[in-house]
Amino acid sequence: MLKALEGSQAIAQAVASCRPQVVAAYPITPQTHIVENIAKLVANGKMHCEMVSVESEFSAASVVLGAACAGSRTYTASASQGILLMAEVLYNIAGMRIPMVMTCANRAVSAPISIWNDQQDSMAVRDAGWIQLYCADNQDAVDTTIQAYRIAERTELPVMVCVDGFTLTHTLEPIDIPEQAMVDQFLPAFNFKRALNPAQPTSMGTLVSPDFFPEARYSHHQALLHAADEIVAADADWAKISGRASGGLLSIDGPDDAKIGILTLGSVYGTLVEAREEYPDLPATKIINLRAFRPFPVAALCEACQGLTDLIVLERALSPGYGGIVAPEVQASLTSVHAATRVHSFAVGLGGRDIPLEIYRKLHRRIQLEEPAPFTIIDVELERLPVEDYGVE
Amino acid sequence: MIEVRIHGRGGQGNVVAAYLLATAAFTEGWYAQAFPAFGAERRGAPVIAFARLNNKIIRRRCQIVSPDFLIIQDEALLHIPGIINGLKPGGRILLNSVRSSEAFADTLDARVVTLPATQMAKEYLGRPVPNTALLSAFLNLTGLLPQAALEHALEQRFQDKVLEKNLALIEAAAKKVEHNQWQEVANA
Repeated sequence: MLKALEGSQAIAQAVASCRPQVVAAYPITPQTHIVENIAKLVANGKMHCEMVSVESEFSAASVVLGAACAGSRTYTASASQGILLMAEVLYNIAGMRIPMVMTCANRAVSAPISIWNDQQDSMAVRDAGWIQLYCADNQDAVDTTIQAYRIAERTELPVMVCVDGFTLTHTLEPIDIPEQAMVDQFLPAFNFKRALNPAQPTSMGTLVSPDFFPEARYSHHQALLHAADEIVAADADWAKISGRASGGLLSIDGPDDAKIGILTLGSVYGTLVEAREEYPDLPATKIINLRAFRPFPVAALCEACQGLTDLIVLERALSPGYGGIVAPEVQASLTSVHAATRVHSFAVGLGGRDIPLEIYRKLHRRIQLEEPAPFTIIDVELERLPVEDYGVE
Repeated sequence: MIEVRIHGRGGQGNVVAAYLLATAAFTEGWYAQAFPAFGAERRGAPVIAFARLNNKIIRRRCQIVSPDFLIIQDEALLHIPGIINGLKPGGRILLNSVRSSEAFADTLDARVVTLPATQMAKEYLGRPVPNTALLSAFLNLTGLLPQAALEHALEQRFQDKVLEKNLALIEAAAKKVEHNQWQEVANA
């Protein structure tokens, strides 16, 4: 049943419906409301789990790591500096192939301090070996959270559900919270085959000599590549139960014969889809929502980009000293099949700068050049900078 | 689509006001969206919240720069430059003030209606939280939603005495303004 809910409240209810046994988290804006709502559900007896208050994100991640090793279904959530403080543990969780789900309420990273949304935090742990799924709206966040547990437990990989901070976490909108029976039907009880067991003692995360390290990395990499199938399957199976699909690895909105594409991750998708209606005179445009960033869906992306002369990648984070983070991967993926497609890379909305509908027209204007413009922060206002800082753009 | 921008100060329930408005609209079958434009929250600091109501799904997530209506929870905020910027031509302003609407005619002309919402909240709730009184007046001025929709939204958020006091407050607040005075703007 649809209810008017704040995104964080809905995510908390979705987590509860997955029946995690251990939740540990440390509050940080804009993740706080998710964990507060979970704490409330536990206090009111509507959720039965061990809720562990910790003194830092490092401990939060460590607690769920330990609990998952012992065979519990676990959950944590963080953002920004919290994700960075967890970083060491995040690599361990993934390297030990521990299934678990966390929400990253995407927020910019300091300095300067910003509590607002971009995706620098999850991009900073891109290579930790987690599956990363980005949510376009709050319904997607609910459905993806539920799917994430099945994906994690079938692949023995952790899943980071990336939800734009404030833009989604603090937005109230109509959201359907699935019936408990539907979730139970979709998600069987967690049975971790490698769970620690005193009857058969094992060590996890031990020292691995050069004799085996590349093999460990190889199998982890393969597991992530194969996870693509589980992501697609989880979405398809959840759609059979709930009637809603989240797009699998990516979704495409717009005419098949469009020559221009815009690729996004996260909640800017809806703004672009409505912006396209506001500017009907601009050339037909496909809007591609990249849901799975890790594993990176090369084949699906090549298929989605068929026939495009121009693909604009909207970056929500930045690799200073190079530029966009997503576009180089997109370009490399397309090289073999669509070498003629011009890939443009623009960052937008860094540190929560509003992304207005007009951005759509601006993007269309910027790709009219003969040669693709180099990476740029498209909404930067240079006149706000001292003169000596121009130039390099 | 109806777009409302709510200005207030931390502690006045700006975000709750936007959430209540969207929830009330949702209970009447509208699509609705509400969200804050936070700074780091602290009591007394200027805060903005937004609400959109539409008869179809709302997918945009940008801030509201040209609202149909402004609700201003503290008249001192009028001193902040640009606070009424972007208000659509013909748009209307509901202002929390003990002064009459005419007192603001010089600066805000006929667009403004005032309500002594803080005073009323103190009387009915014992606390200076003007948001629910303003929302009730807003609904009565626009005729957008029946009062019952706001009552339902309040019932989802508050209980017992707090709920009872708020229900009494919104009933009184609605009577302070002219029913459907802004109906044409709301239906435009």
